[in-house]
Formats: sequence, structure tokens, C-alpha cells
Amino acid sequence: MFRSIKMRNLFLAPFCVWAGIFIFVPLVCIIYYGLTDMSGNFTFDNLAIISHREYYSSLQLSIILALVTTIVCLLLAYPLCLILVDKAKSVGTIIILLFVLPLWMNTLLSTMAWQTIFERDGILNQVLRLLSLPDMTLINTPTAVVIGMIYNYLPYMVLPLYVALSKIDKSIFEAARDLGANSWQTFSKVTLPLSLPGAISGITMVFIPSLTTFAISALLGGSKLLLIGNVIEQEFTVEYDWHLGSALSIILMIFIIINMVITLVFDKSTKEDEN
Amino acid sequence: MKKILAVLFVMVAFVFSGCGTGKNDAQKNEVYVYTWGDYINPATLEMFEKETGIHVVLDTFDTNESMYPRVSEGAVHYDVICPSDYMIQKMIDNDLLQPLDFNKLPEAKKNIGEHFFKQSKSFDPENKYSVPYAWGVVGIMYNTKKVTDPVDSWNILWNEKYKDRILMQDSPRDAFMIPLKIMGRSLNETDKAQLDLAKEMLVKQKPLVQAYVIDEVKDKMISGEADLGVIYSGEALLLTLANPDLQFAIPKEGTNFWIDSWVITKDSENLDNAHKFINFMCRPDIAVMNFEELGYPTPNTAVRDLLTNEDYKNSPVAFPDPSTYENQETYKYLGNEMDSYYNRLWMQVKVD
Repeated sequence: MFRSIKMRNLFLAPFCVWAGIFIFVPLVCIIYYGLTDMSGNFTFDNLAIISHREYYSSLQLSIILALVTTIVCLLLAYPLCLILVDKAKSVGTIIILLFVLPLWMNTLLSTMAWQTIFERDGILNQVLRLLSLPDMTLINTPTAVVIGMIYNYLPYMVLPLYVALSKIDKSIFEAARDLGANSWQTFSKVTLPLSLPGAISGITMVFIPSLTTFAISALLGGSKLLLIGNVIEQEFTVEYDWHLGSALSIILMIFIIINMVITLVFDKSTKEDEN
Repeated sequence: MKKILAVLFVMVAFVFSGCGTGKNDAQKNEVYVYTWGDYINPATLEMFEKETGIHVVLDTFDTNESMYPRVSEGAVHYDVICPSDYMIQKMIDNDLLQPLDFNKLPEAKKNIGEHFFKQSKSFDPENKYSVPYAWGVVGIMYNTKKVTDPVDSWNILWNEKYKDRILMQDSPRDAFMIPLKIMGRSLNETDKAQLDLAKEMLVKQKPLVQAYVIDEVKDKMISGEADLGVIYSGEALLLTLANPDLQFAIPKEGTNFWIDSWVITKDSENLDNAHKFINFMCRPDIAVMNFEELGYPTPNTAVRDLLTNEDYKNSPVAFPDPSTYENQETYKYLGNEMDSYYNRLWMQVKVD
């Protein structure tokens, strides 16, 4: 696009500076702190802390809740997007816009709103009482945290899926029909593989923030649930043990990298299939 | 490596601070104050500047733990700080504070209650380093319309009847203080076997607890979302005024008597100004203004007579009978190892 290499480098410079200061330097800091002790000696002891029950249980709980959130988001978003791509473009876009609306509001604010819905005397229970139904205790349970995460992260699943599905050329479906595929076969052999890249980026974009969240679990979990994000926050702000906090962040990053590798492998295999 | 990181940090910080803080000449008539957020009535600072011509540079922190590294690493040279009891002890232990010159603090000698200096001895054994500014106890706030049993013991927080209506404090020391007191132990317990027993009690209590909270306790008590809450007496005064159904009780087993005090840092560059500032804060007219803004009980004995607001003046929460705070314990710094032990146990309570 840019004719000379000089020109290209010039446009690349701002990003490089940005990446250097805000991505590279912090990463180096985390790795440095994570692999040293208080006196600055190299050690793996900080990483070994994850073998203690209170640490691995919180990581385990985070992974479970993140997986549940991702799966529910996928199950909600996929049929929705399938229906929407069939609608006229203008209608589809408006409905997608409505789904993205939650993003216009601050995450903390909308999560606080969920708090008032789930509370003991909250909106949900008031409605239930009005209908003479028994109360539901949702606040400060894993369910509440999962619902809060689904609400906040669903748009990140809907958007890439919708884009991927709407990009599929309609004539491909016609060709599939023409060649005798029934609707299930069209879906499983044509639609699903072609939408996979969108699904994969959606999964990544939902799974990673769900795994690392600490605000949603603090607000809707009443601090009764300890997620790995809360533990890391505590190490930095309460215990002031940057070494331990950084080590836990490294462990969390490893899980994120695993997630990305899996999705990349999937992505690659679908591309090879296409070829 | 550490140096390279430090240099990088400084560079980054420098770039983003707009490079504006470099011109700090020692000639300036200033005092650097580092205290809790919303802890000083801003009007008193203006008065101080007008009377003395000393410019106050005010920074705030929200936990003792976040304040400590900023002071110990010398990021900014603060003169006057207002930490809590156990943290003052930690700072004395680590040689971060200097003894005060009480000849320059006549107002402190005159107005701060003798009892508060006596209580301060648990973290400042010779009363050399600190002047009390605010104090309080931890107790139970309860809704008189919902709680039918008498609230005079921590044991009520283990009563099945109040399942899902109990709020606990989300901090290791405050959480463990309660079972330790029920067991008749010190709140500065260092015997790990006793702490493990206390942990078992907290695990047993967890299903009854609605949430572990810090500031949210105020909203949840006022709105009636919870009926029993562990709370600092400073908040209690404002809550009882906001919702008349709420009452504050200090359990008979004993509780934490906390004190936040003025101290001067070892490397203070404005020693004279620092003393003037502390002395000014101890003046009765200034203490009244701060009390009215804060609502936290004050160790300044001259305040009560100067108050015009009858609600405040007659509040047993703000000005309790002296017997309520006799024989109460104050947190001590237990050392790094013990601190992490408390934290680990607290995490275990949360994951169990």
C-alpha cells in the first residue's frame, strides 16, 4: 500500500512506540517480578504457589465459570445470528445494534444494575412475590456471576459471528441445495465450517475476559467467590506482594495462550479444509 | 535488572506526567500531607494556608497497604502522614518515622485525651512518634425491626436465624478478630493452632453470610438488604442518623480499638511546617470542623463542648461512655510472615 519502505516505517512508528511502552515493558516487568523473590534473586517458588489449594481452587473455579459463560454465549449467539442473516440487511443491522447496546454503558454500572436486580429485596424477587412465587437467592452465587458475564460479553460473541455468517455468499447455499443437500447437510457441511473463524474469534473474545474478570465476581459474588482475578488483585493491592501477583498473572497468561493455540489450530484446519 | 526497570518506569512516568513536576526547589514554603481520602475538611486547609502562609500539598490513599510502599520507596517525600495503629508500628520498625518534638505541639498536649495516648502505647510504646487524629471501634450494626434477639455478643453472627442477612468485613484481620474474641483470645493472636480454629469457625459461618464487604455495608444496611453488619463505629454514626431503625452495639467479648494518628516521616524536608500542621489540626476549632465533615469519633477532648449539632453531641456512638473502650485491644503489626498466614487462611475461608 505504501510505496516506499521509509513511508511504511513512518506509519508503523506510533504503533511500535505504543506497543513498546504499554505491551512490551509491562510484560517484561511481570515476568521479572514473577520470577524473582523479594531480594531480587531468580526463583520458581512464586509459580509453585499455584499448587496450594486456595490458589488452584480459585483458578479452577475461574476456568469453569469462563467455560460455562463461553458455551452459553455461543449457544445464544449462533441461532440468533443465523436468523438475522436471513433478514433484510437493514433489519439485521438494527437488531445487532440493539445487542451491542450494553457496550455503550460502563461495565461496572451495568453490573451494579444486576446487583439491584438479584438482591434479596431486589427487582427479581419483587416480581416473583407479585406473582406469588417463592423467592430466588441469586446474588452472591456462581450463577449470578455467570449471568453478569454473559450479559457483558455476549456482544463480543454476536459481532464476529454475525460478520462471518453474513459474509457467506448466498449462492453457495443455492449450490448446496442444487446438488441435493438437505437443510441439515447444508448447515453442517457449508454454514458451520464457513462460520467457524467468526465463532473462534468470538470464543476467544468471551473466554479471555471471563477468565480474568475480578470486578464482576466482586460485585455479584459478594466476595464469597474467589476467582483468580480477585486473588491477583488482592496480591497487588492488599498483600502488596508483586512477585506473587505477577507469578499468578504469568500462570493465567499460560492458560490464555493455551486457549489461543487451540483456536489457532482449529482455524488452520478449517482453512486447510477449504483448500 | 531492577535498575533498568526503574529507569524505564521513571521514563514512562516522566513522559506521561507532562514533565511538569521537576521544578521542586527546597525554598518553597510547603508541607506534603498524605492521608485517607475525605479525611480533612478542605476549609481547614485554606485556613491553615492563610494563617501560616504554608502551602499544603495533599495526597490521599485508601488503604494502609497502598500507602506503605509509596513512602518506603521514597517515591514522593511526604512530611506528614496519617496511618493506622499497626501500620505506624510497622513504619517505626522499618525506620521510616522520626520522633516528634512535642514542644512544638502545645495544642496536641492540651487537647488530645490522655486515654488515647495510653492506648497508642500498643503500637508506639513511648508515645514518641504519633498524635491521635481519629479513633473508633468495630461493632455490630443491626436493624431493630428485624433482629429480635439482644445484640451483645459476636455469637449472634453465627445464629442460623439470620442466614443470608449477615454482612462481614472483607479483610483478614477484621474477619479473624471476631472468632478470636469469641474464643477469648487476643486479636493479635500468633498461635497458628488457634488461628486454624478461628478459620474453622469462619468456614462454618460462611453459609450464613450474605457477603463480605467493605464500603457496601453502608448502602446495604440503610436499604435493609442486610439486618446485621460488622461495621466501623465511624460509619455507624452516619448510618444511625440516616436510618433510625439501625442501632450500633459493641459486643461484650471485646473488639478492635483502632487509632489513626499523625506521624512525621524520617526524610521530611519541611520539619517545622510539619509540626505546625499537626499542631493546627489539634486546635479545638479545627478539630470541630473536621469532626463535622468526617463523622469519625475524635480523640480531641475539646470538641464535644463546641458542637452545635445536638444529634452529634448526644450520639453515644461518637462520644461513648469511657467504659466501652476500656480494656480494648488495638491491632499490632505481626510481621510479614504472620500477615501472609492470616491472608492465606482468609483465602481458604473463601474457597471452602
